[in-house]
This record gives sequence, C-alpha cells and structure tokens, in this order.
Amino acid sequence: MSDLGCIIGGIESINPFWLASAPPSDKKYNVERAFKAGWGGAVWKTLGVDPPVVNVTSRYGVHRTQDRRIIGINNIELISDRPLDVNLREIEEMRREWPDRVIIGSIMAPMDEEAWKSLAIKVANSGVQGIELNLGCPHGMCERGMGSAVGQDPEFVEQTTRWVREAVNIPVFTKLTPNVTDIIVPAAAAKAGGAHAVSLINTVNSVIGVDLDTMAPTPTVDGRGTHGGYCGEAVKPIALHMTAEIARQPETQGLEISAIGGITTWRDAAEFIALGAGAVQVCTAAMLYGFRIVEDMNEGLAAFMRDKGYRSIADFKGKATAQTVDWNELNINHDLKARIDDEACIECGRCFIACEDTAHQAIRIDAKPEGGRKFTVIDDECVGCNLCMHVCPVKDCITMEAVDTDRPYLTWPEHPKNPLRKAAE
Amino acid sequence: MKHFKITTENSRLSARDIADNFDDLHPPLDGAQAIVEAGRCLYCYDAPCMNACPTRIDIPKFIHQIRSGNLDGSAQTILSANIMGGACARACPTEVLCEEVCVVHHTEGAPVKIGELQRHAVDHLMAKGGAHPFARAPLSGCKLAVVGAGPAGLSFAHRAAMLGHDVVVYEAKPKPGGLNEYGLAAYKMANDFAQAEVEFLLAIGGISIEHGKVLGDNLSLGDLCTNYDAVFIGAGLTNARGLGVDGEDLAGVGDALEFIETVRVAEDKSSVPVGDNVVVIGGGNTAIDAAVQAKCLGARNVTLAYRRGPDAMTATQWERDLATANGVVVRYWAAPKTFSGGARVERAAFSTMRMDDGKLTPSGDSFELPADMVLKAIGQTLNSAIFSALKLEGGKIAVDAHYQTSLPGVYAGGDCIKSGEDLTVQAVEDGKQAAIAADNMLRAKRKGAGE
Repeated sequence: MSDLGCIIGGIESINPFWLASAPPSDKKYNVERAFKAGWGGAVWKTLGVDPPVVNVTSRYGVHRTQDRRIIGINNIELISDRPLDVNLREIEEMRREWPDRVIIGSIMAPMDEEAWKSLAIKVANSGVQGIELNLGCPHGMCERGMGSAVGQDPEFVEQTTRWVREAVNIPVFTKLTPNVTDIIVPAAAAKAGGAHAVSLINTVNSVIGVDLDTMAPTPTVDGRGTHGGYCGEAVKPIALHMTAEIARQPETQGLEISAIGGITTWRDAAEFIALGAGAVQVCTAAMLYGFRIVEDMNEGLAAFMRDKGYRSIADFKGKATAQTVDWNELNINHDLKARIDDEACIECGRCFIACEDTAHQAIRIDAKPEGGRKFTVIDDECVGCNLCMHVCPVKDCITMEAVDTDRPYLTWPEHPKNPLRKAAE
Repeated sequence: MKHFKITTENSRLSARDIADNFDDLHPPLDGAQAIVEAGRCLYCYDAPCMNACPTRIDIPKFIHQIRSGNLDGSAQTILSANIMGGACARACPTEVLCEEVCVVHHTEGAPVKIGELQRHAVDHLMAKGGAHPFARAPLSGCKLAVVGAGPAGLSFAHRAAMLGHDVVVYEAKPKPGGLNEYGLAAYKMANDFAQAEVEFLLAIGGISIEHGKVLGDNLSLGDLCTNYDAVFIGAGLTNARGLGVDGEDLAGVGDALEFIETVRVAEDKSSVPVGDNVVVIGGGNTAIDAAVQAKCLGARNVTLAYRRGPDAMTATQWERDLATANGVVVRYWAAPKTFSGGARVERAAFSTMRMDDGKLTPSGDSFELPADMVLKAIGQTLNSAIFSALKLEGGKIAVDAHYQTSLPGVYAGGDCIKSGEDLTVQAVEDGKQAAIAADNMLRAKRKGAGE
C-alpha cells in the first residue's frame, strides 16, 4: 500500500490534499464536511483585522467550454467577513475534534508590523499548525494596500514573512500572487524572509466575461463589474510553470512548495508533485463538484504510486525537475515525424486542415480506390510540431515517430546558425 | 426507437392512445440537449456528412453555430442550401445519408444526431417568426410557372423568387406540400408542419399558388410555355402501379399512399377505418409508413409482404426496425398471388419466392393470410399521357445536366425525372438546381437580347 502521507513546511499530513484558503474553508461547518470526505487539511479562509470586511453580491463568474463545462471561476469575494473571534473559536474546536488533520490559518493585514504580528499571534494561539500569509488576493483587498499589493513588492513579501516568523514559532507559508512578471523574485523574497514554504498560485487577475445584453463585465453588481481572481482548470498551466521555476532556479531551490492552481484530479496533483510540490491545495474543483471529489484524488494518486512503485509522495517529488530546462538546453537535432494509422483513422480531415491552414502543409489527401480518403504525412514538410496529433479525435491514431538523425545532441548556443555561438575551441 | 401503443389480445386502443401514437416520432431536442449533441460533432474538414447530403448543407458549420449560440445563423446555413430543411430534418432517412457516414460512428458507436440538430435550428427560426431570412434579388420581370406544389416545385419556386423572378405554382390538390403533406406517416410531420413550412417558404414573396389545377385537364403544358418565361415540372408520379393479380379490385384492397393520405388529412385519427388483419405489399419506406400507421390505428395483425429478400428491400434498416419493434410482421420472399373474399377481401394468397440464377422465381410453395385490408405500396408511375410533348426515358421525364427537358425552357425535377430517388431532399435539390439553371438561361437570353 502506497503511503499518501507527506510533510510540508515541517507539518505532517495524512495526504497531500488540503482545501485552499477560499470560500469552501470559511467556517467550521464546511471544513468539518471536508474532513469527513477525506481532505488532509484546510487552510482557513483568510482572517483579517476586525472589523470584518463587507462583501458584495454577486461574487462569481465562470468560463465555460462550448459544451457548458466550467473550466474556470473568477471571484470578487473578499477575505472572511465573519468576526475574528468567531473564526478562531471554530478553529480551536476543529483542532480539538480532528487532531489528525491540518488547519493552517491564512492571514492578511495592512503593511504594519504590529498589525501582522498581533494577528499572527492570535491565530497561532487558536492551535493552527501553521500560518499562511495571503499576499495574493488581486481584487478589493489590494486596493486597500493588502493582498497582491503586498505580494507584488518583493520587499514587502520579505518583510511580512519576517515579521510573522518573528511573532510565532509555527511554520510560515507565504502565499504568492501570479500577477507578477517573474515568480522567482517574490519567491526568493519569501525565502529571504524565512518562509518555511511558499503557497502558489493565488488567483490570476481577470475579467471573466462581458454580458452583451447589459454591456457590463461579469459577475455584475448592480449593473457594474470589476476584475476578479481567476482559478480552476484553466490556470493549471500557469501554476505548473511557476512551481517548476521555483523548484529548479538556484535562487529558490529547496524552498518547499504547497502548489495551488486548477488541481481537479489526482493526475493534476501528481504533475505538481513531479515538478517539485510537496503537497497541494484545492478550491475550484471542490466548489464545482463538492468535497467528495477528494475521494478519487486519494484513490487515484495511490493507484498511480502503486503502479509506478512509489512508496511515498517523497519518492516522486521533483522527479520531473531535472528534465525541466531552458529552451537553450534543448536538443535541436532531435527530429520527429507524424505517423497516421490508416486503420484507426476515421477520415475526419481535422489533421489535414490544421496542417494546411495553420502549420506546414505536410499532410496530403488521396482518394482511396475503395472510397473514402487517405491522409499521408509528407515527411519533407513535417516539422514534428504535434498539432495534427493533438487535433486528431482518435487517441493514438496519430503518433510522433523519432527519426534517427545520427546527429549529436546540439543546443542553440552551440548551433552553427547561431550568430552568437560560443566558440567551440 | 419509439414504441407505439398497439392492440393486444386483451385491449383495443382508445382514441387517446391513437392520438398519442400520432404525436412526434422524435420529440424535439431541448436547448441543453442540442448543445450536448452538437458537442459530439468533430467539425470535419470536407465532411463526409455534407457530401452525403443531396443538398450539400454545410453540416459542420450549422452544428458549430448551434454550439456557439448562433441559432439564427445555423438555420440560415441550413435553409440557404435546403429551404425545406425542416421537413428533411423530419423525413430524411438520415441513417442512409448524412448520419450513415458520420465519422463519430467510429469513435462513439453512434453518429451525431444531425437530423435532430437540423430540426432544432430550423424550428427555432420558424418559431421565432419575424422577417423571412432570405431577400429577393432585384426583380427580373420574368414570370415562371411551376407544375406541382411538392418539394421539388416549392424549392424551385423559392429559389426562383430569391433570384428575382415571379412564380405561379399550379397544384392539383387542395393543399400545397405534395408528398410532405400527403405522402408521409403522420407522426413524421406532426403538428401540421408541412403547411407551416410552406407558409414560411412563401413569405419570401413573389410566389402564388393556384389549387385545383390539373395538367392535362384544366391546365396545358403548351399554354404554360406560351404564357411564361420558363416552366418547371415537379408533378411527381401520380399513377398507382397495379399488381395484376386476381381480386385486386375487391373492396378493402387499396393503395398505401391513399391510406397514408387519409390518415394525414384526418383531424381525428381514431376515425380512420383500419382492418384487423392488414397486409401491406411492398418493400419501401412507404410500405413501412402504411404498416406502422395501421398498427398505430389499432390493427391487430399487420403483415408486410415483400417478394424479395431483406437485402433488396429499399426501406432503411431503421424503418424496418421501427416496424418490427411495433409488432409488424415482415414476410420476405412473398409475392401476392390472389386476393379473395365475398363483398370484401378476406384472404390474401402468396407464392413463396426464391432467387434462381439471379432471377426471382416462385419456389412452388404458397401460403395464405387472413386479410380484411390490403395496402399496395409497390410504387407509382408517371402519368406519361400528359407529357407526350416531352422526351421520356425509362418511363420518366428525361432532363439534361441542367434539369432541362427536351423542350427548351421547360425544366423538371423530383420523382418525375429519371434520376428521381423518391427522396424529399433530392427533390428539393432538383428544384433548387433547376431554378439556378433557369435563371442562368433567362439572364443569358436577356444579355443576348440587349447586345
């Protein structure tokens, strides 16, 4: 039996799946339901300094595919709008009643040492195993000088992290905003401030859509809208990249990562862990399907680990990091050609038109003597871009075959056509 | 597959049961179902479905438009290729046309429901009302005559009107629509759809219909040629074929198309008389429509007798399945020999047939069925006497590649021409192409006269 247990930022968890700080972790009722469903932990919805914030209605907009599946949510909800002492009392109860689960207290305060420190101490006293600094909220709070307004300034990131480290003796997670040019800068700042781990990504700044009848961005509040925070499946690639960078860049290497961003299935989680995350946090998938979604996250991840022979999360954590490199380190001599399996081909023509209109005119159509059409890759034109394989609706019908070029591994910096090539000698 | 209420040993059908039976064969897709179904379409390039459609509707495009929420545009895409897209969505044997070649068969085991999606889009536009979706070209001043207000004639009329010509349609029956109105099972065209569609089509303007006009009776081809700039014949096949067997003239032996018409025009379907033991002769979709409707009306036993084997039957597999699922017994290799009885038919005798060296031959065996109603669905023929001025081929009107008959300026299409396939959708295409050809001819003529 594979062990889903993990340790992140020094905190032990029965599995790597925590609820992210968000509406699903706003109160005891929800978190209790989540723990019953099997979540390993929850980062409580962000607590601020009293008086509590006031929210607007409505709060969510969604990004749908054409068949109405939701691939992203955008929200304009603020941090917890309940009094701090109510939240802390519930956290205390939950810690008592669920000793094997993790509760992290997420906090947010203005750029003021006393404010951060006193809030951190109050929250730590409720019994949480760790503190997470919300430096990412991209709407509403940032306009008050909090959230992403702090997270976008590396000095502030380092400062707030240091203040909280000084105030409490439990692990500190610094939660980063993706709304920056280079994630390494705030991640390094968090590391410098003494963070035990970084949590990322917070939501991506976004306008989710426009109501073309009322001509207002959605979600609409009394006829007007604002930008919000984008999350869900659609942001996963952004989060994967940022996770990979923090794990592999020298400035941040070794910093523990609690990965967040569109994790919907066990496979998503495994990908983040393979790129260096120690555990993951989930919000949107739970909001769309309920807490029971964690059942298959746990079971699927365990099955994957069993199949691959990994006994623990640590066994495959960061296993894809070494293979994640800069473009300049890729082998330019590597060559692939598309291959179309005639038996599997259903003759939809999608590969042809994709290549013909938008790629390299490398697929030919011939009429079959028995009727129908045959699609053939013109090797001389095929650059191995994968587009035909991706648009093909039949799995494994189009495959990419490696061509034995008999040429050595060659990178761009060494390439003869590179005008800035470093002299070999 | 719809299961109708049918008579069992213990119960007869109520008027309510019968009314239910004649409700829509396929309930329409609702908006959410249509989006899901449209999502199954792969948006093929040079799509096989489109090439299988006689009118070449851009199917991937109209389905994509359903997905994108552009239902008006979707209907426009359909109707620009096939103005009777609503009737075709209901009556087309899609299982042997677009849906047969849908590549989703290979990935999911069942095709995209193209017909139902087409109906969704067209019904939306028709229900919405408002302006007709097509505008007429500047008026040409030409007047065109059409014989027959069936799918071919109406398609011709609409396209000709769109191209700027005025059209008068002459129709023998009291209602327009041809076989769409009179020749299809009522459950395929529920809620008087054929009439609604004609009304929709006529809204383009420039088309008038004169009913009670019968070619060779109170209408002459010669006069039409004299009085109009071009003529289109979409008269269909109006002579019922005979079996040439004893007892064919007994009461209770009739034509399947007449039976289908009787059912169609009846307000109260339960008022249509039907036998207890109905025998339908034939192997096409009309035979199925007659047999299944006899069941829907409450006939106890319905036998469909076809003289050849299953492979030769022209009724599609889907239609055959509909019949057998609803209690119709299909007897292959059964050729009618005699009908007998007293005042009315009581029995039908059949020779059992077999193929002998590629030739259909009686095997020597025979059998008899009780029959108080016999419906012949063995095809129609051209009333050739009224077309003596035109060259005929194989008993039908001969046309060239531009649908022109042997008389210049006289065009023909639909079931009455040689290539006629007994398909509404083919008739619509014939009418559309003939109108384009006639328009080209008229333009060339005018250009010639102007020079």
